[in-house]
Amino acid sequence: MSQDLSIKQSANDWWSRVKAGQVGALPALLGLLVLCIVFGTQSSVFLTPGNLANLLTQAAAVIVIAMGLVFVLLLGEIDLSAGYAAGVCGALLVIMITEMDYPWYLAFPISVLSGVLLGAVIGYLVAQLKIPSFVVTLATFLAFQGLLLLLVGEGGTIRIEDPVILAVENKNLSVSYSWIFFFLTAGAYLLSGLLKFRKRKKVGLVDNLFKLWAIKTFALIAIGTLATWALTVERSNNPDLVSLRGIPYVVPVILVLLVGATFVLSRTSFGLHIYAVGGNAEAARRAGINVKMVRITAFMICTGFAAVAGMIFVSRANSISPTVQRFSMQLERQLLVEQVSLEEKEKSAMQSLAALL
Amino acid sequence: MASPILSLKRVNKSFGPVHVLKDVDFSAYAGKVTALVGDNGAGKSTLIKCIAGIYTPETGEFIFEGKPVTIAGPRDATELGIEIVYQDLALCDNLDIVHNMFLGREEISGITLNESSMESLAKKTLDGLSVRTVKSIRQKVASLSGGQRQTVAIARAVLWNSKVVILDEPTAALGVAQTEQVLKLVRQLADNGLAVIVISHNLNDVFQVADNIAAMYLGSMAAQVEKNSVNQNDVVRLITTGAQK
Repeated sequence: MSQDLSIKQSANDWWSRVKAGQVGALPALLGLLVLCIVFGTQSSVFLTPGNLANLLTQAAAVIVIAMGLVFVLLLGEIDLSAGYAAGVCGALLVIMITEMDYPWYLAFPISVLSGVLLGAVIGYLVAQLKIPSFVVTLATFLAFQGLLLLLVGEGGTIRIEDPVILAVENKNLSVSYSWIFFFLTAGAYLLSGLLKFRKRKKVGLVDNLFKLWAIKTFALIAIGTLATWALTVERSNNPDLVSLRGIPYVVPVILVLLVGATFVLSRTSFGLHIYAVGGNAEAARRAGINVKMVRITAFMICTGFAAVAGMIFVSRANSISPTVQRFSMQLERQLLVEQVSLEEKEKSAMQSLAALL
Repeated sequence: MASPILSLKRVNKSFGPVHVLKDVDFSAYAGKVTALVGDNGAGKSTLIKCIAGIYTPETGEFIFEGKPVTIAGPRDATELGIEIVYQDLALCDNLDIVHNMFLGREEISGITLNESSMESLAKKTLDGLSVRTVKSIRQKVASLSGGQRQTVAIARAVLWNSKVVILDEPTAALGVAQTEQVLKLVRQLADNGLAVIVISHNLNDVFQVADNIAAMYLGSMAAQVEKNSVNQNDVVRLITTGAQK
């Protein structure tokens, strides 16, 4: 059963998969490329570092929600209300900080916890009462909208002035910290990959995918270097007045969540169970997996991520208001895209990120 | 004949007013393939579900390795070393072979999956079954043929040092070559010392692979006989009329 997978062979395998219709993240990446080319040629500012940083911070909240949604989508379920769950948790955060004078490090975990609780309710309705998630989350979509209105008050906007929360979207790592951050991330990525190969070799499982991995890693690091460089270029219109350079704080936040989600999905038995329940719930049940618990937990994780997204949203808007509509509509669109690309049910958090951008 | 590893004595099971199993006796022997035959509705599936712990019979004795046991749930059955391969195989298409084999019983080191240890154990099991048709054990089950899927399901059942393996119509959905391949595998399991119970409607398969034949007729055990003492006509008579001669 030994396999001699040279680079050429894996490239051939990949190409035959693409021809057979298993396109993976390819359409998303191609779409991204086309978008970049079209907008790059149509607008002179699109491909400037300033706009790239702007796009990143703009997309941050949606990216985080999408990462959470992966857990639910992998089960073949859907959460339509994640956008408004983010709104509710954001509102809770703002109210706790401005009206109840909680420090951010207390208010933020509480808001995430309340997000998790909302997810538990959705998950219970879906898993225990067996109501289709589309119906449940359509209902919670309306319910959360009402809850948000109730929390903030009609037409009201609550401003937030907590410096830490605001910094997430509006401040950057200094240039040197940006590079340190980049090198640490790249180093950790490299190390974890090497360790994995060493461990496999130790147990006597030899595979020749090492070269492929090396090429992939090299490409990723090259892109990372380019992105870090672009983000450390001065992008203020008036550099003498305010300097605007470095990686936005939100990038490390996203990266931590991305690594966390990928780790859970690909390295833990819980992640494996999520794939299993999504693939064949009956088989998973017979294998002794607590299918209901997996379902409920996935919804909890999803809204927990949404709560983090709510914080990012609040940070970007400096406030919370009941009209997160635009944000939510944007999300619907993304949901559709993601739903399609997740049809094979074997996607990773990384690929959903690519699809989103 | 040696003493059976698993024997059931006077097992009764009813669903409401329907008396499905009537005083059924059944034995399985280590190193032997026991075929369970019978018409639709004869009670074959109910019998193996009682063995696998999915149903609990009302009365009856279970003797496993000479000791009386009670099987109250699927977990009791797996603990004794009884594994069942369902007709629909219960595999997850979107997972690879290794993950399917270990599903629900993954090996963990710390909080992470111990992928390399699972992979080498899966490889060893497949090699032990002389399976050479699978290209890579990291390929998704979706890409496997029907016979290969059956192989994976069987390999999963024997991965746990199981002593009794029950196969529910393992060849029902397979072509000629793949049927051959699976029957060979079934034989191999018995040669490795396991007690194998096969449900089948195909008498050719039964006569090719089985050592014993247990025929059920309308909820009771018509006869459990050695293969060499009967011919196909006898078995057909047992299945359709329940009469020995």
